[in-house]
Amino acid sequence: MQKQAIFQSKLLPYALVAPQLAIVLIFFYWPALQAVIQSFLLQDAFGLSTSFIWFENYTELLSDPAYFETIVRTFLFSFAIAASSLSVALLLAVMADKPMRGGAIYRTLLIWPYAVAPPVVGVLWVFMLHPSLGVLSRYLRAAGIEWNPLLDGNQAATLVILAAAWKQISYNFLFFLAGLAAIPKSVLEAAAIDGARPMRRFWTVTFPLLSPTIFFLLVVNIVYAFFDTFGIIDTMTRGGPGKSTETLVYKVYNDGLIGGNLGSSAAQSVILMVMVIVLTGIQFRFVERKVTY
Amino acid sequence: MVEQEGFRRYVAHIVLWIGIAIVAFPVYVAIVASTQDNALIANGQMSLLPGGHFFEVYYQTIFVGTSGSTREPVANMMLNSLVMALLIAVGKIAISIISAYGIVYFRFPFRMPIFWIIFITLMLPVEVRIYPTYKIVADLHMLDSYAGLALPLIASATATLLFRQFFMTVPDELLEASRIDGAGPFRFFWDTLLPLSRTNMAALFVILFILGWNQYLWPLLITTRDDMQTIQIGIRKMMTTNDALTEWPIVMATAVLAMLPPVFVVVAMQKLFVRGLVETEK
Amino acid sequence: MANVTLRNVRKTYPGGFEAIKGVNVDVGDGQFCVLVGPSGCGKSTLLRMVAGLETVTGGEIDIGGRVVNQVEPADRDIAMVFQNYALYPHMSVFNNMAYGLRNRGMKEAEIKTRVGEAARVLELTSMLERKPRQLSGGQRQRVAMGRAIVRQPKVFLFDEPLSNLDAKLRIAMRVEIRKLQRRLSTTSIYVTHDQLEAMTLADILVVMNGGQVEQIGNPLAVYEKPATTFVASFIGAPPMNLMSIRADEIKSQLGSAGEAGILGIRPEDFVITDQTPSGGVALPLTVEAIERVGAETFIYGSRAQDEQRVAATPGELPPGEVIVRIPGSEAPPIGQKIRVAAVRAKLHLFSGDGRTRIEA
Repeated sequence: MQKQAIFQSKLLPYALVAPQLAIVLIFFYWPALQAVIQSFLLQDAFGLSTSFIWFENYTELLSDPAYFETIVRTFLFSFAIAASSLSVALLLAVMADKPMRGGAIYRTLLIWPYAVAPPVVGVLWVFMLHPSLGVLSRYLRAAGIEWNPLLDGNQAATLVILAAAWKQISYNFLFFLAGLAAIPKSVLEAAAIDGARPMRRFWTVTFPLLSPTIFFLLVVNIVYAFFDTFGIIDTMTRGGPGKSTETLVYKVYNDGLIGGNLGSSAAQSVILMVMVIVLTGIQFRFVERKVTY
Repeated sequence: MVEQEGFRRYVAHIVLWIGIAIVAFPVYVAIVASTQDNALIANGQMSLLPGGHFFEVYYQTIFVGTSGSTREPVANMMLNSLVMALLIAVGKIAISIISAYGIVYFRFPFRMPIFWIIFITLMLPVEVRIYPTYKIVADLHMLDSYAGLALPLIASATATLLFRQFFMTVPDELLEASRIDGAGPFRFFWDTLLPLSRTNMAALFVILFILGWNQYLWPLLITTRDDMQTIQIGIRKMMTTNDALTEWPIVMATAVLAMLPPVFVVVAMQKLFVRGLVETEK
Repeated sequence: MANVTLRNVRKTYPGGFEAIKGVNVDVGDGQFCVLVGPSGCGKSTLLRMVAGLETVTGGEIDIGGRVVNQVEPADRDIAMVFQNYALYPHMSVFNNMAYGLRNRGMKEAEIKTRVGEAARVLELTSMLERKPRQLSGGQRQRVAMGRAIVRQPKVFLFDEPLSNLDAKLRIAMRVEIRKLQRRLSTTSIYVTHDQLEAMTLADILVVMNGGQVEQIGNPLAVYEKPATTFVASFIGAPPMNLMSIRADEIKSQLGSAGEAGILGIRPEDFVITDQTPSGGVALPLTVEAIERVGAETFIYGSRAQDEQRVAATPGELPPGEVIVRIPGSEAPPIGQKIRVAAVRAKLHLFSGDGRTRIEA
């Protein structure tokens, strides 16, 4: 992939890439490097003394059952958020894919939550389901459910998952719509003539042909659940009650800021970085595959 | 198909309206709450119909702020958010388009290594390098400044990749023709490439504006002064105090105001938004 | 085996656009019917209505004695070959063909036999495990055919199945389709915009224009006696020469009384001669261009200024231009004035609006 027609100049190209390169080096590589170095250091809470301790931060982390729990919790959250949001979005997209009156209006009314910031999402949901003043909590209590996410960890987790999935519906919906539109109509018509009823047509033709989109969205949703839920968690539960809604990113923040344990926080950052690289790698491999599909 | 007529169509309409209701309900509750009396809400007596305090609540929110927790007018927070979002969007587009231009239209030593250095930043979201970045910004004395808010979020590879991809599809003949017409690298960029990129830039701008406006973790770390707070941080601080003291109508009004600009952008510029979203994810 | 009857079939879209304006066609059992017409004439819509992919808003579609207006595509016992083949990209060739049989609950052993037989006929046996993307255009086309054949339906429907192939392959597949249809003697309806394809394939030719049938009949009969100027200019290449003619000219030249009308003469019915055949017509021309294709030569000539009263179907013939086809490659030089004539039996006369053929 190279252009044949180009300009000749010795210095100009460097001047063109310089601003971006400078920012990337100062704000990306230098901090990332610092994070790696920091992760090998032990620093006291006041930053007065540091010592080099090799992988101790890592071994300590990985042998800490609490950290392991956080990893498991983060993945559980991710899959719960991805699964619920993807299935709702797929259902809506399949319904909206039919040619019908008001299709454009439906689309508009379903995509705007993408623009709502995570902390705002948190505020909206915490208010709606607040144990004492939430409008929905009344109904839950009337239904005999002891609803108190401020005290009950599982309920808090449910609340975070609901809010995070809610925000992601619109994004998934849009990509499902695009995916559905890319399936040639004649293939579905051929299936109809081949005797496949709507449900069977969906599972044997639409769904398999949509699988690249589903896979892509799965990765995107997991990354979203890893990072973008920070704002939701921070306004809703602050990781509590206990540690029941603390994800990996939230723990980095918590341990570093509140605990002052910069070494461990840095080691966690490095582990997260590795996870992101793996996820992105998976995504790129898949994107290549999609091109030939 | 014959079977799509009638019954199935009604099912589709009903399912979609239920979906819209689920999506809209939390926001409806927020709007309703922002027009009611705090005492009523705090008692758990909130009505699901709009109350009569619309003007007074929004006036206080925009020009005065809460009486307890933040005491900062939301208008000021919105201004900070706007400046940050614009700086991020415009800055990112500007530096990405010129670096993509350099990478695509010139051959120079270290071209590919430089491309990879930029490309790899895709894998380093701000969350994983948060403290070291904070330290650097602090060392550069950029805490509590617009530059500190925007700069670390400006450089990422997505926009550069997008422009690179677009430039690769621009026919070579255009450059050759411009060269025959006597245009150098600057003229070609300004007269040909930039006008051609207009739609891409607009689509990117829409997405970047929304992302910028919605930034949370980074501003949370580097703003300490109340007058530098963005609206997202402001909301969180309003809820910091004991639940009983939270001024819910004002919190909800702030939430509504925080949603307004990005939601407006999505709805009003839907085509560009969809295009930007799909393009940046490729 | 079944015949297909369309009775006053109509299609009006919710916006009020009338795509099909009352069509009557009767395709006998085992016959090969071709719907031909320019793009937008409604031929594909009509076919999709027979398939059940589009609703019918008026009239009746009858397959094998059963009105199928409200019947699902799956239950009409039809098979269809799509223009873009519509193969399932995620299924192997075998599964593409087997899918419709499985949906009908056929036993695997029977499916194997049927698909194997179809693959043998279509020379696809070695490719059964491949995915559609690993096949060439012609092979994909054959898979699409195979998918239709294995079903052993009452009716085959073809929607421009050859238009994505290159010219050479198109001719080869055209012959294949005809042979296959003869052997299976399954009633078929075939849509194309290519009049040559239509002529060579059809038992019954249906020429459509603007949502209406212009003419139905045996292809040669349609060629020899086009019912309207539209059919006259659509069937046959190069198209029939059409020129307006005054009432007194009809009387003086053709000896028959009547109103002003349109005179049509096919390019191959002209001869270069100085004589005027009795009852026929003669035209003085100036040679403007020559096209030599080997076995025959086309002469593009312009008529003298005062003779220019052409133009039945706008756009079909530039005013004043006449095309003459002569055998061999001998041709007069450009610029020369020549005289061409056609005998009485080769003249076609139409009413002034071009909608009716006048048997004079």
